[in-house]
Parts: sequence; C-alpha cells; structure tokens
Amino acid sequence: MKSKQIEEKIFKALMYISLILIIGVFLLILVSIIYKGLPSLSWSMITQTPKGGFYYGKEGGVLNAITGSLYLSFGATLLAVIIGIPVALMMNVHLKKHKRFVSGIRFFLDVLWGIPSIVYGAFGFTVMVMFGIKTSLLAGIITVSLFILPIIIRALDEVLKTVPEGLYEASMSLGSTRSETAFKIFIRQTMPGLITAILLSFGRAIGDAASVLLTTGYTDHIPTSLSQQAATLPLAIFFQLSSPIEEVRSRAYASALILTVIILFISLLSRYISSHFKQHQIKF
Amino acid sequence: MNTKIDIKNLQLMIGKQQILKNLSVQIPENKITVILGPSGCGKTTLLKSLNRLTDLYEDVVVKGEIILDGENILQSTQDVTAIRKKMGLLAQRPYPLPMSIFNNVAYGLRISGCGNKKNIAQRVEYHLRQVNLWDEVKDRLHEPAAKLSIGQQQRLCLARGLAVDPEIILADEPTSALDPISSQAIEKKFVELKQHYTIILVTHILRQARRLADYIVFMYLGEVVECQPTEDFFNHPKEEITKEYIKGAFN
Repeated sequence: MKSKQIEEKIFKALMYISLILIIGVFLLILVSIIYKGLPSLSWSMITQTPKGGFYYGKEGGVLNAITGSLYLSFGATLLAVIIGIPVALMMNVHLKKHKRFVSGIRFFLDVLWGIPSIVYGAFGFTVMVMFGIKTSLLAGIITVSLFILPIIIRALDEVLKTVPEGLYEASMSLGSTRSETAFKIFIRQTMPGLITAILLSFGRAIGDAASVLLTTGYTDHIPTSLSQQAATLPLAIFFQLSSPIEEVRSRAYASALILTVIILFISLLSRYISSHFKQHQIKF
Repeated sequence: MNTKIDIKNLQLMIGKQQILKNLSVQIPENKITVILGPSGCGKTTLLKSLNRLTDLYEDVVVKGEIILDGENILQSTQDVTAIRKKMGLLAQRPYPLPMSIFNNVAYGLRISGCGNKKNIAQRVEYHLRQVNLWDEVKDRLHEPAAKLSIGQQQRLCLARGLAVDPEIILADEPTSALDPISSQAIEKKFVELKQHYTIILVTHILRQARRLADYIVFMYLGEVVECQPTEDFFNHPKEEITKEYIKGAFN
C-alpha cells in the first residue's frame, strides 16, 4: 500500500513538472516576442508595405506579408477542406465495411503527415518546373494545401470515429442514403471537432516557411492576382531576423507578434463558433 | 390473421461465427410480436436483419428469405432505403439526431422529399402529439434534441420513426435505458399503435412480454425454440428450455 502511494506521488510530481514546463515554454516565447517586438510594433508596421530602405531600418511595414499569409493560408485551408472533408467522411461512412482498406489509407496519411514541409516545397517546385509555372500565390496555395491535407483528414477522421454506431443506424434506418448520413448527420455531430481540425491545419499553413519558400516567392507588393508572387509572415521573420541591423531584427519580433495575434484571433473565433455547435452534439 | 413478414430458413454468419441458425418465423400483421430470449441469443441481430442494417457491417453473410408483402427483401435488387422506410427502428437507448427537436422529426420527411414547409410543420406536430410529447416541447421546438431527458428523447425517436410512415415498428429493448414512468409511456403507446402498425419488440423482460405481446417468439442460441400466442406460451410451453426460462432458471 505504501509503495503505491509513493508511486502515486512520483507520477503526480512528474505531471506537475511537465505542466509547468509546457506553460513555462509558452510564456517564455510569448514574453520574449512581446519584449523584443513591441517597441517596433507601430501602426505603420501593419498598414504599410515595405518602402525603399525598409530593410535598412527605414520606414514601411509588413502589410505585404500579412495579406500574403492570410491569402495563402485561407486559400490553402479552403482547398484542403473541400478535398479533405469528403475523404474523411468517405473513410468513416461509405467505407465503414472495409476496415482493412481504411486502415491502409490511415497509414499512408500518417506517413504523409510526417513528411517535412520542405519536401512538399521541393515537390511543388519540381512540378512547377515541369510545367513551366513561375512562383506564385496559386502554386503556394496548392503546395500548402497538399501539405495540410493529411492533417485535416486525419484530425477529422479521429473525430468521426467517435460517432456512435447507434446514431449511424438511426440515420440509416430512417431511409437516409450513406451520403445523407455523412453530410447531414455525421458533419453536425462532429462540427466542433471539424472546426478544430480546420484550425489545426490553418495554423500549420500560416506558420510554415519551408513549403512557400520555393513555390510562392517573396515580394514587397500586395498580390492582386493568384499568378503573382506573395510574401508570407514566416519568411518576413526569417529575412528580417538574418539582417545585421538592430531595428530590422526587432521588426522580425514584431512580425512574429503579429503572426501570433492572428493565430490567437483565429483560435478564439473557432472556439466561439464551435461552442455554438456543441449544443446540438449528442453526448454518449 | 395475416402474415406481415415471413422469415424462411434465415441464416446469418459474422465471419465464421453463426449467429442465426436456420430461423423460420411468421410475424402477424397489426400485432405485437415479442422476441424473447436471454442475452446473446441473436434477438437484436434478427431485428436488424429485417431492415437490412446488417448490410452495414463487415463480414456479415445472410442467407435465406425474408418475405415482406410478397417480396424477398434480402434480394440484392431490392431498394434498401425503401425497405428501411417501411420500418421504424427504436434502439436500446435513444439516439436523437444532432439537431433541433423539430428537425429530428422533419428530417425523415425532408429526405424523402415530402411536402412544403407548412405540410412538414403539420406532420411534425401530428407525430409529436402521437407520442404525447407535443405539450412538453411545443415552446422549445427549435432547441437541441440533446437537451431533452432520456425518456423524452426515446419518445422523440419514436415520433421520428413514425414520421416516415412505416408499416412496421422494430423495437430493440426500447425501455431498457428508461425510468419506469417513461417505460410505461412507451409501452402504452405500443398497445395503441398496434392497430395501425405491425410491432416487433425485442426484450428479455418476461413481465414486459406478458403485458404487451400477442405472440411470442422464444429464441435461444441463435435458434427459434418456439412461437406461440402469449397465453399459450406462458401457460403451456412446449419445450423444456422454455419452461426453465419462464421459471427464471436463466436469471
């Protein structure tokens, strides 16, 4: 009995340490980007594009990267949602009978999830070279959507797995087809999880530098069409951070702060939306 | 007495395990037929093979014939959704759809494409009244069905099933998750509904079978042991194993 209590205490302590570590790291990151970035964060930083001399510490802002990142990640997430949701539903409704086949698909998706984004970038670049396409917002959107597709499918797949058999049977016995069951019942039941899956992939899309480096390029202008190059925040941070000039480096942290705030805002928004859908969810 | 469903030599295998062994049963029209038996004897499987829910699962092989209105519904050429619409299912515990109370009942009407908004609203009210739920929910029709109590949810599920105009009600231990008062409400409803519907009720509660059944099918280990009208079943069981079950030897 006594050794069990000691065991309990040790594990409790370990869990506390892990918790403190995680919160500590998070706070450290947050504090350091606020501390280093806040002095450079000005209105012009988020409302202006880089002027001549911006990269020497003169005036201008990173509006090009903010809009570029938002266009890119919204576009890529939208594309991934349009392709990913039907795939996840298919795996869990239409192919429910074929468990072995579905577990094969899951395996491949997990492998794809594990591939580093630079490989997607390189792959996208190779395809672009093959077809003679230049670096552009569209090429970036497609590449990033490929990169986040396994994430969104598997995240949604895990949520769809939790839909109880009884609900599936209830819907089918009312005379629904499999597709009606998928789109009208499964989607509603898993809506909060679906939103989390979308958010997760959006976060990956907006935060990734490697896959856009080769496919989207970088520009000081705000893109006005899909065929133009676009700047992105992670790359803006990277370029500014590698500058020898103090002011520019400080702006890198300000850009990081902007990126963090965007993600925070999207998270809060998705929480608000998913809490609205949670009330319809049937609890088991 | 007309036969509604005629089950002939029904066999069902899941993988290598035989769940139903050569069943032959006739289900009479507009009566309550109770399928009675201990847990794991294949009652639920029999019920689910009637509306072909067994199609949804891996490695299930069904042989034999289930004849409904003169047609073998196990034939692959049959329209499965049409068969399912003929039968309302009430499960062991309520599974309301993840939407509002109103939409739960309207769902079946909408997917079968019947009628305009006004018509649907009338039908929803009618079926909610039919299960005595209307007065309890009329002021909150657009609230999530998940907020109802379990007993209310089960009645909602019954209303939802009735809304698609079935001829048969399949009930799989529908009161097992409910409190006594809700159970009574469901049982009372069944007695009323049998005038218009053929009801097949799965249960392992002897007293419930005695209260409700017109006809009892006793199953044991995947086989039908005997089928008799309720009175005869309890007073003059033919088989030794039935006598033991009635005496409570299984419990």
